[in-house]
Amino acid sequence: MKNFLFVLRHPPHEGMGIRESLDMVMTVAAFDQSVRVLFLDDGVFLLKLGQCTQNPNLKPTSPLFAALEIYDVEGLWVEQESLAERGLSLADLILPVQTIRREEMAFFLATADIVVAC
Amino acid sequence: MGVLHLVSRSPGESLALAQCLERAGASDAVLLLEGGVYAAIKDSVLAPKLAGSMQCVTIHALAPDLRARGIAAEEVIAGVVLIEYEGFVELSILHNPIISWS
Repeated sequence: MKNFLFVLRHPPHEGMGIRESLDMVMTVAAFDQSVRVLFLDDGVFLLKLGQCTQNPNLKPTSPLFAALEIYDVEGLWVEQESLAERGLSLADLILPVQTIRREEMAFFLATADIVVAC
Repeated sequence: MGVLHLVSRSPGESLALAQCLERAGASDAVLLLEGGVYAAIKDSVLAPKLAGSMQCVTIHALAPDLRARGIAAEEVIAGVVLIEYEGFVELSILHNPIISWS
């Protein structure tokens, strides 16, 4: 078994990227690999509460992540500084997440066998 | 008739907003749309820079794009004018030329 870390760095509604990324996360998890997901930089906006559901072309991205629990994804991680720099706090996010500080990031990244940036 | 500057990328992904503000003139308008609306969040570290620019240019943000991203009106920097699509049309008519900073 390998330790996979998926790093999401882009905001919602920039093409089909997020759905493809989630497909990849779920596929890897389905093969009983260890999977963590890290929301970094503008990726933290993917989890933001309150995204309007009315526009069929701009569906909210945050509920997509609620399903990850079922797939045994071991942890959703958010970098504290990415949140703070964007005026957000944990209360603005749709799910409980684990937080990590920027100064810990080098070690955190190094603990993964495979990092998938998406 | 001033210039309308369209900024559609998030400040976390692109320098478009900063680069636009360096070049905007006194009677110009800036419209934040799509990912560009993330620049309107008042508690972000970049907010003071945008607020400072409002002395010479007017800053607008497209409300439907704020709503799609879960940014409530209360979270937006004071002085940023929220507009609907009708307001976008109006800005397009009142300004010339229109420049996209994507």
